[in-house]
Amino acid sequence: MQDIGSAFALAFGLILSGDDGLARIVGLSLRVSLTAVGIAALVGLPLGALLAVARFPGRQALVVALNALMGLPPVVAGLVIYIALSRSGPFGSLGLLFTPTAMVIAQAVLIAPILAALSRQVLEAMWDEYAEQLRSFGAGSWRAVPTLLWDGRFLLTTVLLAGFGRASAEVGAVMVVGGNIEGFTRVMTTAIALETSKGDLPLALALGVVLMAIVLGVNALAQGLRDLAARRGA
Amino acid sequence: MFRRLFLGLGLAMATALPLAAQTQSITVSSTTSTEQSGLFGHILPIFTQSTDIAVRVVALGTGQALDVGRRGDADVVFVHDKDAEERFVAEGFGGPRRAVMFNDFVIVGPAGDPARVNGLRDSVEALRRIAAARAPFISRGDRSGTHAAELRLWQQAGIDVATGRGAWYREVGQGMGPALNTAAAQNAYILADRGTWLAFRNRQELRIVTEGDERLFNQYGVMLVNPQRHAHVKAEAGQRFIDWLVSPAGQEAIAGYKINGEQLFFPNANRPGA
Repeated sequence: MQDIGSAFALAFGLILSGDDGLARIVGLSLRVSLTAVGIAALVGLPLGALLAVARFPGRQALVVALNALMGLPPVVAGLVIYIALSRSGPFGSLGLLFTPTAMVIAQAVLIAPILAALSRQVLEAMWDEYAEQLRSFGAGSWRAVPTLLWDGRFLLTTVLLAGFGRASAEVGAVMVVGGNIEGFTRVMTTAIALETSKGDLPLALALGVVLMAIVLGVNALAQGLRDLAARRGA
Repeated sequence: MFRRLFLGLGLAMATALPLAAQTQSITVSSTTSTEQSGLFGHILPIFTQSTDIAVRVVALGTGQALDVGRRGDADVVFVHDKDAEERFVAEGFGGPRRAVMFNDFVIVGPAGDPARVNGLRDSVEALRRIAAARAPFISRGDRSGTHAAELRLWQQAGIDVATGRGAWYREVGQGMGPALNTAAAQNAYILADRGTWLAFRNRQELRIVTEGDERLFNQYGVMLVNPQRHAHVKAEAGQRFIDWLVSPAGQEAIAGYKINGEQLFFPNANRPGA
């Protein structure tokens, strides 16, 4: 218990001190995870919407596959991307291993199925409700995708936040492909793992508290924006 | 309003993209002991200041660090398992190997000392007693330099650890720090490098029980990854790092790293046969 108490004190101390190293780690965490969410959203949301409205052979299998991919172990995703990006691998000439870009790729791969599967579910429920109305405007199922995404934007905020949560909490994949290089690829979760390794449990826990505060902040911000937008009827 | 959220997201993405372009940098695959003991935190800024070359360290076990070099994912390999290093050089993956420094291993154990090894100088005899008492022993089990050294000691003790596996001999397959955390939690004996031990904070009941044996000597070596094998290797900058490590300035920087006044690594680049 004493450890937990001192961790909170240490966490506040860290935040208040405006420590340079910590700021860089926090900044990189946010950049990597938000970028990964953005890229995964570009792929995952349209795919989810398409699966919600379209009916084609193999659709059910695709839905099952996406649902299963939600449980993809990060360390496995990391390993596959490690091998692909390694100098001895197929994309080795890009020189991306042990860079933040590799971490973005790993997280995007991890969360794209989550965004697709969850948005499919959310939008399918909406589509069941609105299908007739949309069809009456003469919109075919493919053309309904942008409309559906726009009308479902408030529900999709939660989907995006779920993806962000998974991305920012993830350690296995970014450790493998990023290498936890100080000042370059060290993020909150890998820093926590490192401090745990060094046996500095209070500092590790304090970093955990900081991470939770950041995730809380991002969620509150998204929720606030969403409510504001909803109230304006935008 | 909602569009602005996406705009913000896009902005965050855009700032994430320009990642390269700063001063020149090299990637060094090294061991958890050099990183977690804080040595790199002390010497790298000195090197970077004098050469303007940034050093990016990926800290792994020695076996894995050498693998990263074999795949061409690092420019320099800086590890501590002389046999494995010489194999690496002989196979043409890099080299020549330069000796840099040494420290030593210590056997750490619980204050209760069930195997009665405290104060024993003979590390091989200490392991024999631990095995005889069937006292819990944590092994790194990760092909690291420390793991290799541990296995050599068991061999010298004439003990086949496979018989104790799952019972008193426990392989954790992790780095030095996590292995020490496990030993602390289970009140077990463990072989640790002194640097990581000195920097380790979660000791609980653990303390050094055996030290000072010649067989606990731990030599570090450094090699450039073969640029003929991997054309992208930053041979010039990597070689400058190696040259600096074995130069008087680098050796002095290594000797200058201390925790609580205790020196962790002892430079010996010029000792023949190191």
